Amino acid sequence: MKDNEKVISVKNLTKKFGSFTAVDHISFDVGKGEIFGFLGANGAGKTTAMRMLCGLSLPSSGEGRVAGYDIIRQPEEIKRHIGYMSQKFSLYENLRVNENIRLFSIIYGMSDSSMKEASEKLYKDLRMEDMSKTLVKDLPVGWKQKLAFAVATIHRPEIVFLDEPTGGVDPLTRRRFWELIYKASSEGMTIFVTTHYLDEAEYCNRVSIMVDGRISALDSPEALKERFQVSSMDDVFRIVAKDALRVD
Amino acid sequence: MAIFGALVKKEALHILRDTRTMVITIFMPLVLLLLFGFAISTEVNDIRIAAVVEKHTCETRKILERFRVNEYFTFLGLVAPTETERLLRSGRADAVLFLRSDDANLKAQIMVDAANPTIAQTVTAYVGGVINKEEIKSPVLTYTLYNPQMKSSYNFVPGIMGMIFILICAIMTSVSIVREKENGTMNLLLVSPIRPATIILGKLVPYFLLSCVILAIMLFISYTLLGLPLSASIVNVVLLSFLYIILSLSFGLLVSTIADSQLTALIGSAVILMLPVIMLSGMIFPIDNMPVFLQGVSCIIPARWYISAMRKLMIQQLDAAYIFKEVMILTSMTIVLLVLSIRKFYSSSRK
Amino acid sequence: MKLRILKALLRKEVSLMRRNPLIPKMIIGMPLMVMLVLPLVAVLDIKNVNVAVVDNDRSVLSRQIIADIGASEVLKVSAMCNTHTESISIVEEGNADVILTIPPDYSRNIISGIVPVDVEANGVNASKAMLGARYVSESIGLTLRQWLKGQGINTVEYDMSVINIYNPTLNYRNYMIPALMVVLLIIICGFVPALNLVNEKETGTIEAMNVTPVSRMCFVLSKLIPFWIVGIFVVTVGMLIGWVVYGLFPVGNILAIYLATVLFSLVMSGLGVTIANSSSTMLQSIFVMFAFIMIFQLMSGLFTPIRSMPEWAQAITLAIPPRYFIEIMRSLYLKGTPIAELWEQYSALTIFAISFSLIAAVTYRKQS
Repeated sequence: MKDNEKVISVKNLTKKFGSFTAVDHISFDVGKGEIFGFLGANGAGKTTAMRMLCGLSLPSSGEGRVAGYDIIRQPEEIKRHIGYMSQKFSLYENLRVNENIRLFSIIYGMSDSSMKEASEKLYKDLRMEDMSKTLVKDLPVGWKQKLAFAVATIHRPEIVFLDEPTGGVDPLTRRRFWELIYKASSEGMTIFVTTHYLDEAEYCNRVSIMVDGRISALDSPEALKERFQVSSMDDVFRIVAKDALRVD
Repeated sequence: MAIFGALVKKEALHILRDTRTMVITIFMPLVLLLLFGFAISTEVNDIRIAAVVEKHTCETRKILERFRVNEYFTFLGLVAPTETERLLRSGRADAVLFLRSDDANLKAQIMVDAANPTIAQTVTAYVGGVINKEEIKSPVLTYTLYNPQMKSSYNFVPGIMGMIFILICAIMTSVSIVREKENGTMNLLLVSPIRPATIILGKLVPYFLLSCVILAIMLFISYTLLGLPLSASIVNVVLLSFLYIILSLSFGLLVSTIADSQLTALIGSAVILMLPVIMLSGMIFPIDNMPVFLQGVSCIIPARWYISAMRKLMIQQLDAAYIFKEVMILTSMTIVLLVLSIRKFYSSSRK
Repeated sequence: MKLRILKALLRKEVSLMRRNPLIPKMIIGMPLMVMLVLPLVAVLDIKNVNVAVVDNDRSVLSRQIIADIGASEVLKVSAMCNTHTESISIVEEGNADVILTIPPDYSRNIISGIVPVDVEANGVNASKAMLGARYVSESIGLTLRQWLKGQGINTVEYDMSVINIYNPTLNYRNYMIPALMVVLLIIICGFVPALNLVNEKETGTIEAMNVTPVSRMCFVLSKLIPFWIVGIFVVTVGMLIGWVVYGLFPVGNILAIYLATVLFSLVMSGLGVTIANSSSTMLQSIFVMFAFIMIFQLMSGLFTPIRSMPEWAQAITLAIPPRYFIEIMRSLYLKGTPIAELWEQYSALTIFAISFSLIAAVTYRKQS
């Protein structure tokens, strides 16, 4: 991968909480337009790593660049160029759909006209035209997640970070959600997604598997399956993570 | 039983890990006791007075001298009549004494800053006393029953406990239950084979124990540092406090079944429980000073009965027969609250 | 551009506040409850002192003493007892605060010289006992003087007239009402924003904000400005209640009252946000807030005069911001003090406002 194609580039990134090393010297690159999967058991360090990339948490050591900015020195610059959706649902439940959209578009500095255009497209894409006045808390979970994704990408960021976006929904809804991800990716956005659903790993261009704070494997799903001589990502994960110490 | 033990242990760990909250729950009662006992007072023992004298005579000199030497007064000196307003307005003087003599008769007039009427009345009484020093010697001998130094800080122990138990039992419990509702862990417990009664008790017991610790600390301090006379009534004090703690716990449980979020539970219990306890329980403001209507309202506040019974036991050292009424009222309140909250808990957990 | 973001965030806060089931009720209900109930309750001038009398003399004079006590506004003869033991049990039942014992042959002996009567006060409620005993003594003193005069025995006495300024009717409520607004501001401008902020922390929406380019100043401001406005609103309602219900209107400058309100709201909201920043759960924040509220209310001179405190406690009150707000409010309401004479209080509030706001902004972290 050439340097100018890298939108995320991380070297020896480490985060310690006291004597506990949550993320232990990880290094990887993500190219523009890629769907990059970040796999691992609960507690493997996925969310901590992602929070460092988004500028929510300061690394203990190591370095990294996201969207061309340094994660230690320029976290606020990074925030202008990314979208983020966390496992805890991140829209305001007691605001209406349109109020949430308006709030986040203004925060990302969109003008009134581009906000109007973007929200019309959003309602059409999600088929939510008649729900703009609904309070978010009254939406079904699947709708909420689709809406949260749409709001996180409303300002067409270079990179979208998704932290376990499909937790707690049925396979069909997950499938639909991934269609949204593909669409965003085809429009040129880079997708960085953490998940523990191994079938979702198959949808990614490349996946990295984290075990006990380290990256134990990183490649395309096909290459990984071939390397371990197995037929599914499930089996890949079982082999890679068999020596994991941090399991629930 | 093993399940119950595990639940209690889980909740206890939860409480203990939150060091800051623990520190505050233990130290708050102590700080309040210290403030109430040693800092808060309504007595006026330093009256600042200035004087305007029209014509000095032997008599006026004698009177001013009396103010100079009196330990209750700080004599600010003689001032011009035009200065008096400024002195009083800025709060640098409490009163200005005007001495005028016409036809050998001394006329005294005082101008008192009456913004605080209690202070003003005391000032007037004291000034009158000093001016008429030659008056007949005091016709009255005053004694105090039960509380000879008039300052005993254990006076405030009942009120502080009445408030702290509401805080710990009602607010902490309700918030901790509602938090589990918000996190969804309550559902996890409710769908498990554990009986709802076990779940409730597992929540309540740790807070009951915490309250007992605070009760023990408060009583220890009252009987040692504050010099409350130790007597058999301590047994009644402890039993009565247990009753009140159980009552507060049932209150907490009731709030938790009604509130749907921690914010609601907090604001609800703070406004519905704390404010009335502070204002209407007789903790700070005497109940018989209130308008009849509010005296009526105060009857439904459990803390009122607890505080009144505790005063009888701790300060007057009366025996249990004297608190029969209070105990009956508190017991029936507890039963009503327990029945209400358990029924609500069951009906809401089946939804 | 920054202003546009702030406006959007403010709109969000207002919508959330409006849809909260409790906050709007609280903003309306709190001033009503505090301003209507507290002035009736927070009365420290003692009334209704019950006196049990043991009259061992049964003379004209002793009957006059008892009648004068009964005629007093604050005292009430609640029981006539034959023995001292009987009167003690009446106190134990809670039916008397003070016992007055008149010795046998009192009126005969007093001609030849003063013999004291005994006044015993129930010390369970110290302040009531103190004042009750004093009222009884004063009443007896007055009766005695008149009686001695009638008997031709003279007592030296100067005429003393009293002018009560600033509160000529000696109404304790006039003293309390201006100060009570401090309770409203402490809760509404300190307590509620702190809870609100910790609530966003616990539900995780604050994370969604931290990952956007919103500056922390902008975010903190959007949390505080609504409560400054609410603070002004609440004080206005409080002033209206004081005027309509109690007929109390500030003598001093109303703008000066609002200036103090704004400064004090800044102090409290700064403190609230600082507490929220250092708390991870609502329970934590409420306990810290509660500790502050109690200490603020007790040490600010709200209910008991600061001057009556021992010196170490008076020194502590210098660090209690509501103390200054209360002093300003009472001076403006009752004395009409010009703002220039209150410069010390205003500058203290300003210093607190600036430092608490700074601490709040600095301790708010977008990054961990």
